[in-house]
Amino acid sequence: MTDTTASAAHSDAAHAHDHHDADHKPGFFARWFMSTNHKDIGTLYLLFAVFAGIIGGAISGLMRLELAEPGIQYLEAWSGQQGDAALHLWNVLITAHGLIMVFFMVMPAVIGGFGNWFVPIMIGAPDMAFPRMNNVSFWLTVSAFILLLGSTFVSGGIGNGAGTGWTVYAPLSTSGSPGPAVDLAILSLHLAGASSILGAVNFITTIFNMRAPGMTLHKMPLFVWSVLVTAFLLLLSLPVLAAAITMLLTDRNFGTTFYDPSGGGDPVLYQHLFWFFGHPEVYIMILPAFGIVSQIVSTFSRKPVFGYLGMAYAMVAIGVVGFVVWAHHMFTTGMSVNVKMYFTAATMVIAVPTGVKIFSWIATMWSGSISFKAPMVWALGFIFMFTVGGVTGVVLANGGVDDIMHDTYYVVAHFHYVLSLGAVFGLFAGTYYWFPKMTGRMYNEFLGHLHFWVFFVGVNVLFFPMHFLGLQGMPRRYPDYPDAQAYWNHVATNGYYIMAIGVGIFLINMIWSMLAGKKAPDNPWGEGANTLEWTLSSPPPFHQFETLPKID
Amino acid sequence: MTALARRNARTGSLAALLALAMIGLGFASVPLYRIFCQVTGFGGTTMRVAESALPAKPLGKLITIRFDSNVAQGMPWHFVPEKLTDRAAIGARKIAIYTAKNLSSAPIVGRASFNVTPIQAGKYFSKIQCFCFTEQMLKPGQEIRMPVTYFVDPKIAEDPDTKDIGEITLSYTFYPVDQSVAGR
Repeated sequence: MTDTTASAAHSDAAHAHDHHDADHKPGFFARWFMSTNHKDIGTLYLLFAVFAGIIGGAISGLMRLELAEPGIQYLEAWSGQQGDAALHLWNVLITAHGLIMVFFMVMPAVIGGFGNWFVPIMIGAPDMAFPRMNNVSFWLTVSAFILLLGSTFVSGGIGNGAGTGWTVYAPLSTSGSPGPAVDLAILSLHLAGASSILGAVNFITTIFNMRAPGMTLHKMPLFVWSVLVTAFLLLLSLPVLAAAITMLLTDRNFGTTFYDPSGGGDPVLYQHLFWFFGHPEVYIMILPAFGIVSQIVSTFSRKPVFGYLGMAYAMVAIGVVGFVVWAHHMFTTGMSVNVKMYFTAATMVIAVPTGVKIFSWIATMWSGSISFKAPMVWALGFIFMFTVGGVTGVVLANGGVDDIMHDTYYVVAHFHYVLSLGAVFGLFAGTYYWFPKMTGRMYNEFLGHLHFWVFFVGVNVLFFPMHFLGLQGMPRRYPDYPDAQAYWNHVATNGYYIMAIGVGIFLINMIWSMLAGKKAPDNPWGEGANTLEWTLSSPPPFHQFETLPKID
Repeated sequence: MTALARRNARTGSLAALLALAMIGLGFASVPLYRIFCQVTGFGGTTMRVAESALPAKPLGKLITIRFDSNVAQGMPWHFVPEKLTDRAAIGARKIAIYTAKNLSSAPIVGRASFNVTPIQAGKYFSKIQCFCFTEQMLKPGQEIRMPVTYFVDPKIAEDPDTKDIGEITLSYTFYPVDQSVAGR
């Protein structure tokens, strides 16, 4: 991508001013509810993700509050129930937190939000290949979210809401959870899955067919590469989840026994199908963040990405190998030593392309002229945190070690380091990087840095002690623990408060900057920012690239 | 339709077709998983072999076989093994008898699902004949004795994962073939 430079397109914005059609926007309802414009749909996705993220984050706050001290303090008051019915609320909280953060925060933000906004612009296309389908994707996500929230108001067995965990394992999700709540949650997953599959079809078609003249696959910015690989992962994994949860529905409602041993089925089959989807799913969440971080590190080091082809194909390799490692989530289901050995080795192989990426980011910065703007510090935070999470991932990949670590807080710490601190740091990095482009105004640099440091300290105080708790054997998904684990749980809850202040700073920064930020130039980042979006005005015209840019 | 729209329609349909194929694979995984278990003994699935597969000479080593019986929730059958344990020479042909009685006032067709623990022993537990190969029909109050003819494959003593196994539990669960008979 070294030569995908700004010379590619002279500013379309200039056209937009004298050519009034390019900036003609429909009325409010038609623009936002029947939108076919990739930038507007991207904005909708981002706003939706912020909204869902606040709900999902508030739920984790409730959980940390309950876990601040041993014993049950709040669940009975919150649920208005006693005993098991109150404890069921805990299961509902963990389920909702997991599903919301995965399907309604991270995925809509990175793929629906940044993907929609910047993939067409970065490849020099006027819009997505199927703009109406893009709209359908967004509103399916909203419907799915409403179904999931609605499920918390109807019975899920002992109390209201689906308490199955985000994995929806049988038999807890079949014979263990009577009542319509789990059905609603499953249908919500169906809709969210359908939305993502349509989105994936759209991205693949757009990237394959609508690149500007001269924009070959090997000149595409790495963010576009990351979305392309992600789209293929979605396309290959989500249908399997759809099939698996459809069989859950028929087991629940129509007397089939796909997952019921007393009818010839096997609950472990569900786990295989779920994780055949679930493992690629974690790469679906992290790959676009890889792409964002690559753009930012290159921009703020004023150097092209080190080893561009290696970076692109490392993502392809992660995607491919990601499909044959799923059973490392199931080491304790009774596998033979040989099967465990295979899945241990295959899982560790993923560390190789991941290492290629980490080292290439470092090599990109090496002897670069680095400016530590807010997007860059977030990207650096991402690299650090993701590496910590990656290291604990290699620990957990050992089948023998996982026999003790399985379902402990060590696992919780691991996946929050790679997702909550990896994907989410990538999201914040992307938000600051593209905020001037999307809104036409600069964010507040001081608040951006303050947000980073408060959030960085907060999440580390929150999640690092979970490693210790896990090594002490504290299991996940319980609202209570022995007194011996009180100290680190208390520390973790304090970390949550610090992190929450960080999120508050972020929201203040966004609102203030949108209303009163400085006007942003077309390219606020200087010569390092050489992808096509920086050749357009800030914000870009409603329709860009009416004459396609040419890439040398 | 412009050339680009045509190309988009083609790429889009190919991608959609791929997604449909993966849905198909998702559902096909049910029979595929069953075949995989039958072939590899995964999850303690026992092997079904012909009489001729019986080794010429048993090993001079005994193994304990424990018999377990269950009925699915709502299945009105009384189902027990005649003997709870047996000692078998590895490689020798043995017969175990289970009895089942229909306690309800309606004829019921049942079928038994089965496996063994430790699950690694599945691929060495060979059944020549079993009531679990077919469906069983019991009239109201009817009681039958059902044989299972089996042997333990001598290769169990060579596999490092299984050579230390001293006891294998053979388990059956009877479930109604027509789910409407027994409400779940």
